[in-house]
Amino acid sequence: MELTSLDLKIWRGDAKGGDLVSYRVPVREGMVVLDAVLWVQANMASDLAVRWNCKAAKCGSCSAEIDGFPRLMCKTPIDEYGGRLSVGPMKAFPVIKDLVTDVSWNYQVNKEIPPFTPSDKDLSSSEPWRMQQKDVERVMEFRKCIECFLCQDVCHVLRAHDLKGAFQGPRAMVRIASLEMHPKDVLDRRPLLKGKAGIGYCNVSKCCTEVCPEHIHITDNAIIPLKERMDDVYFDPVRSLVNRLGGRSRKRPAD
Amino acid sequence: MTTASYETVETDVLVLGAGGAGLRAAIAAAEAGTRVMVVCKSLLGKAHTVMAEGGVAAAMHNVAYQDSWEVHFADTMKGGKLINNWRMAEIHAKESPDRVLELERWGAIFDRTWQGRIHQRPFGAHTYPRLAHIGDRTGLELIRTLQDRAVHTAGVDVHMETTAFKLLTADGRVVGALAYRRSDGSLILYRCSALVLASGGAGKMYRVTSNSWESTGDGIALAYDAGAQLRDMEMVQFHPTGMVWPAGVRGLLVTEGVRGEGGVLKNKDGERFMERYDHERMELSSRDVVARAINSEVIAGRGTPHGGVYLDISHRKPEFIKSKLPSMYEQFLKLSKVDITKQPMEVAPTLHYMMAGVRVEPETGATNVPGLYAAGELAAGLHGANRLGGNSLSDLLVFGKRAGEAAAAASKGNPKAAAAKLDQAQVEQAIAELMAPLDRPAGENPYKLQAEIQDVMTAHAPIVRDAAGLQAGLEKILELQARAAQCGAGGSSSLAFNPGWHTARDLRSMLVNAEALLRSALERKESRGAHARSDYPKTDDQLASVNYITKETPHGMSVEAVSIPTMPSHLAEILQRSYATYTPEEME
Ligand SMILES: Cc1cc2nc3c(=O)[nH]c(=O)nc-3n(C[C@H](O)[C@H](O)[C@H](O)COP(=O)(O)OP(=O)(O)OC[C@H]3O[C@@H](n4cnc5c(N)ncnc54)[C@H](O)[C@@H]3O)c2cc1C
Ligand code: SF4
Ligand code: SF4
Ligand code: FES
Repeated sequence: MELTSLDLKIWRGDAKGGDLVSYRVPVREGMVVLDAVLWVQANMASDLAVRWNCKAAKCGSCSAEIDGFPRLMCKTPIDEYGGRLSVGPMKAFPVIKDLVTDVSWNYQVNKEIPPFTPSDKDLSSSEPWRMQQKDVERVMEFRKCIECFLCQDVCHVLRAHDLKGAFQGPRAMVRIASLEMHPKDVLDRRPLLKGKAGIGYCNVSKCCTEVCPEHIHITDNAIIPLKERMDDVYFDPVRSLVNRLGGRSRKRPAD
Repeated sequence: MTTASYETVETDVLVLGAGGAGLRAAIAAAEAGTRVMVVCKSLLGKAHTVMAEGGVAAAMHNVAYQDSWEVHFADTMKGGKLINNWRMAEIHAKESPDRVLELERWGAIFDRTWQGRIHQRPFGAHTYPRLAHIGDRTGLELIRTLQDRAVHTAGVDVHMETTAFKLLTADGRVVGALAYRRSDGSLILYRCSALVLASGGAGKMYRVTSNSWESTGDGIALAYDAGAQLRDMEMVQFHPTGMVWPAGVRGLLVTEGVRGEGGVLKNKDGERFMERYDHERMELSSRDVVARAINSEVIAGRGTPHGGVYLDISHRKPEFIKSKLPSMYEQFLKLSKVDITKQPMEVAPTLHYMMAGVRVEPETGATNVPGLYAAGELAAGLHGANRLGGNSLSDLLVFGKRAGEAAAAASKGNPKAAAAKLDQAQVEQAIAELMAPLDRPAGENPYKLQAEIQDVMTAHAPIVRDAAGLQAGLEKILELQARAAQCGAGGSSSLAFNPGWHTARDLRSMLVNAEALLRSALERKESRGAHARSDYPKTDDQLASVNYITKETPHGMSVEAVSIPTMPSHLAEILQRSYATYTPEEME
């Protein structure tokens, strides 16, 4: 089926309110949603607010809800939608204007996570560090995160219950996992996980994993192993349920 | 206009830009004990640097034991066709290994060799495998590491989605900047005692580019307006391999890592044409050579239906491709529906990088304007007439750190600068100019003007240039300057997140960059590196010692030739040596 034009609805508005507005966009071969939105901006609505940078799914700027589903606009071909689609801002964050939301909370959360901390011995050694490929591969998956915050957007703890003060969300779990499983990091972030990070709020529904454009196994590889690390020290009802249901064990080997 | 209202924010060192260079400078300045404010147009972590793929060049000799700073220095100078600042090339080659290892100590992850050292991959025109990398997303690793380091360094503050539009001077010294918040158009007047510009390149001047909307050359234009000299503005790099199809992704980068890992270039007849252009280095020749080769093949009618050539890596094992080039694999599968483990990619040159930029002191990144420092892509000197792959990320680290330290020292030496008396008329006029498009509902559409600038540059300053084309292009750009000065914001007068209005402002920066490029390209009457002229097809040995400096004069923009100081003998001697070629003992 050859498409010649797209019926594109874009949510226009601000914190006070807004609505979907229809635009007719000429279709080009291989067009992605971001192309269509930028076409509208250049030709029909110069003040249409939208974030983008790389156009290649590398920067995590162009997050939006396409037909209600959180996706990167630059990575979503329009031909998946048969001539008609709607784009709106991420719903878990306060809207600033049109497709742009206030994601500053995520940056605050990151600041609360204690940074990479190597041992004094490693830090004072004048030799370049040695690490094995298999050890760095363990954290590589988490390091792929492009901070698109789509996982934060979809997580019901943040989206439906707005428990931003209690749970730092899946992106933060990925970040913490990347530090905790770094072969050279020695800091214990379990008090954070139990406290401010609020890992207990996650009931491993896996919605975050489903939307991650980097295909990070957020739940299986980050959250569950982190929950397991908590087991020795703290009781977590969800984790204990997962254990009983036969969750995977990926404990960090003793150093 | 009535007195505009703005908030005043005071700091010691103001850093414009949060790419690799800006963040590294901010960390250095804060570690030296000054308060630092970082200002950037996008969210933190989204700067151009995040897109870098292939790796960071540093002579750590983890893969080829023969590598050393001397060979890296020689490669950089030869790649730059000798008009580089040799002192910068020396500092860069000597210090980049330390900067990479330092990143690792801040938590960055790199691919490893079997002995557990940082792995290094081969790249075009580097004699030995030299690029430290993590898969093909090294830029992400670099920016995330620096971002985390910066936000956890005491004294660093960040203002995101804020665009600087004017540098403020008092008694010839830079003492601050004016900026607007993108979200609501509110204004900030920053006061500082030293300022580091790290705002990246100007690739958006061209239609087909690997650069994002941010790359409008703001920093270069701001510096020029404040009296800074620009250097070798004709030198912009076309990366040989950009995507060509579908139209929406035209220009997106295909990392040189594909060729580094064994990818071969073929024309539509299946001929491996690099044989005819650089028999020795083939696909891994320097970027200017490969870009011109592809350009020539397409012009000669040996291109693909979409106007590119084929880049094929499908002879390597699928697992190898997926592990070494994961994001390329994804990018093609998703955006072009091409499986690169089975099919060739279609590629053509794309405007990628500016060797050109603000003229700086090699040791400190100081410009000729007191209080103003520059680092990263917008600073010129290290790369000369052509940049080698991987030499940018190392540039950001080495010279970002140095500029941050120098700015901190300058700030401490001039603590009163941040309180200097400002020329209120200067402030009012800059604000009035910024706001003017909002009051011109019938003014021309800024997106349309942006597209026109891109068309002019694409047509008149392409890979191969000539005097008539450049001259005609210059006239068009001057005309566009007059039109841009009267343009509207696209119809809406809203201050709230209004990209039309933001673009109206960006036009000004793009046009300063475009004018300087054309004027400088007219002056360099030879072909050297990235600057190829059909009317002067030969390299003129006399001009190997000449830089073209652009500056503002009472009669407008002028370009003058300046001789490069003679290279000291210890460096000159390095260039004379010959180096053993590298033959891998095993393919990992
Ligand atoms: C796709 C791609 C792949 C690449 N791969 C490699 C590679 O493998 N190896 C390599 O060495 N190099 C590579 N490069 C080149 C390299 O990534 C860039 O040259 C480098 O990242 C530039 O860094 P920077 O810090 O100078 O500026 P940028 O990263 O461009 O950052 C500029 C910053 O300045 C800010 N800014 C701009 N204007 C203003 C303003 N008016 N006010 C306030 N802030 C402003 C921006 O918001 C941004 O934060 C690649 C480039 C691209 C595009
Ligand atoms: S698995 Fe946990 S973090 Fe992910 S969406 Fe479900 S509740 Fe949120
Ligand atoms: S974990 Fe995935 S979905 Fe979440 S922010 Fe990172 S890249 Fe986006
Ligand atoms: S624009 Fe960078 S992820 Fe879409």
